[in-house]
Amino acid sequence: MSKRVVLEASHAVAEAVRMADVDIVAAYPITPQTHIPERLAEMVADGDLDAAYVPVESEHSAMSCVLGSAAVGARSFTTTASQGLVLMHEALYIASSHRYPIVMAICNRALSAPINIWCDHSDVMACRDTGWIQVFCQNNQESFDMTLWAFRVGEDPDVMFPVMVNLDGFILSHVTEPLILPDQDDVSRFIPEYHYRLALDPAKPTSHGCFGLPDIYTEVKYSQELALRKSRSVIDKGWKEFSNIFGREYKAVETYKAEGASTLLVTMGSLGETAKMVIDERRANGEAVGHLNLRLWRPFPFDEFRDAVKDVKTLAVLDRCYSFGGPGGPVASELRSALYNQETRPHVVGFIGGIGGREVDAQAFGYMIDRANEITEKGSDDLYEPLLVRGLESGTGVRG
Amino acid sequence: MAKNQVRPSALPKWQDCEFGNILPYAGGAKEYKTGDWRTDRPIVDASKCIKCGMCWLMCPDACIVQTEGGTYDANLFYCKGCGICAQICPKDAITMVEEGA
Repeated sequence: MSKRVVLEASHAVAEAVRMADVDIVAAYPITPQTHIPERLAEMVADGDLDAAYVPVESEHSAMSCVLGSAAVGARSFTTTASQGLVLMHEALYIASSHRYPIVMAICNRALSAPINIWCDHSDVMACRDTGWIQVFCQNNQESFDMTLWAFRVGEDPDVMFPVMVNLDGFILSHVTEPLILPDQDDVSRFIPEYHYRLALDPAKPTSHGCFGLPDIYTEVKYSQELALRKSRSVIDKGWKEFSNIFGREYKAVETYKAEGASTLLVTMGSLGETAKMVIDERRANGEAVGHLNLRLWRPFPFDEFRDAVKDVKTLAVLDRCYSFGGPGGPVASELRSALYNQETRPHVVGFIGGIGGREVDAQAFGYMIDRANEITEKGSDDLYEPLLVRGLESGTGVRG
Repeated sequence: MAKNQVRPSALPKWQDCEFGNILPYAGGAKEYKTGDWRTDRPIVDASKCIKCGMCWLMCPDACIVQTEGGTYDANLFYCKGCGICAQICPKDAITMVEEGA
């Protein structure tokens, strides 16, 4: 029987990892992810989870450890945030290139300096091109659900890629909310036993980590790129199966009150919930506004995104990360790039805010809608507009 | 119309690449000739060799081999010419000579 419980998102993720029956957890604690490995270590110590728990000496070791366990075919989980994620960086590519379906929960946090333990998306955006499947969660239930889904999709023989599950540091990781925990039998049905045909085995040797000379590297990398793009169909199938078994529906691009909307607020992660509240208020006032939640970041859902915005005039996009000296935040500039060659396309207005834990409240989202509409009307050469910076006049953009 | 950018080749196509570049067998490095990276070649004077095995121990590849007489020689299929064997030899029995010289 499924049951309704009250858990913080970190413990919800740990619960999902337990129900997925992982073989190994290797993790190094870092704020705000600490409660995930802490809870998993407890579960292993108490005998509630039959897995090896490896208390590694760094995040680089954590990733290296799960690379090894994935190579022998063990279901492997790790989790980190911020500096820990960027310390793992070089090993992240090894996981995706070798097609090891490791699952990693990231409690998104700002990067140093200045040192800051609070939420933004700088950590995961620095890992955008590592070849991992990347999803974002808006609340605790989604954090649980996406963790289960990550094992199902990553281990699919037609996918075999590692998956990053992103949940906002503190805002989700440390916040307690009600959620539904499913029945173990349903979870076991959703995530079948995993067999890795190329597992390291002295009886049937395979070579992992082979050299790729200039005469083959180009072909190897193209096959990897194509495989990640082709995983889209299984990603969607995974959500369909999830909804058939557990009743909750997820999509790569999710819209809210977008029917007939001329302006959409675009967010990733937990701020979607605040944005939707603002949309409710504006809709009640008769304004044609809606919300777009970009759940899947890699592989990027081009078709669904273009389709969702085809009748829209303005996109007001929130980025929780800088791309220093670049074209604006990574999300806004990718959306712009996804639309550039389309015959008709909305005006993309980028905002960078909510960094290092700075609150983006209803008033700020209201401002984004009004300001984006104004820019669509009047035009602007600005690359993006920084949000809530003391000392900046409202409406001051950054130019190239 | 742009000209075809692909050149004919007998090498594997992207469709033929191994999954994850993982080979379904072991010992592939045995087939790989690293000897053509070399600029200097080790020449062993077996009469000076005291069979201490230091060159065999220190060689970073698998190229120093023991001969039937118990002295050592270099397998030039693998030898990259690093010169560590010549450096470590306590009897200066190994000399590095430039290839083609």
